[in-house]
Amino acid sequence: MTQLNIKREALRKPNQKKRKSCPFSDPNTPAIDYKDLKVLTRYVSERGKIIPSRISAVSAKKQRELSKAIKRARFLALMPYVVG
Amino acid sequence: MALYESVIIGRQDLTPNQFEELVEGFTKIIENLKGVIKKREVWGLRNLAYKINKNRKGHYILLNIDGSSDAIAEYERLMRLNEDIIRFLTIRINSVDGKPSPLMNNKSDRSRNELVNSETVKTANEEV
Repeated sequence: MTQLNIKREALRKPNQKKRKSCPFSDPNTPAIDYKDLKVLTRYVSERGKIIPSRISAVSAKKQRELSKAIKRARFLALMPYVVG
Repeated sequence: MALYESVIIGRQDLTPNQFEELVEGFTKIIENLKGVIKKREVWGLRNLAYKINKNRKGHYILLNIDGSSDAIAEYERLMRLNEDIIRFLTIRINSVDGKPSPLMNNKSDRSRNELVNSETVKTANEEV
């Protein structure tokens, strides 16, 4: 049994360290808004899809706000649903 | 009363002042239902990210309204009836921030506005 735990322990260790800090929470960045496209386009992939928070290292709370803002911007045709 | 922020997109073959009159009509509706227009921003003619029933460009305007919910309900009902409005979005907000919205300063110089649109597409590709 212990052998199994060790494997799981080792498994979790590496990606625990790599996680970057959430870009929104630390410095006092402005609130996420569906109007400022400069911020939103940074979290959208080339095809226009929303980048998952495990890749963009955004905290869950901010990721929810981000996706809501992106969906509103898409509805208002400020951002495309699909690029190309 | 509650604060609302609404963005209206008008058909592209409206002239700017036609669109202004249209929005004037809506603001009058809000006012005589005892609502107050806190902030009004005309973003002008912008390229749409995708075609909305055959329109490639749209007249954008942002209105911050302080009013009751039935004033907003009436306001939205009229917008649904009007064919010149191709899309609108009204959301509830907690506070009105004074400074102009990011889209506003793009509008100040028309050339940069075009540049920004192409730039956002370019940066989207470059970045990821």
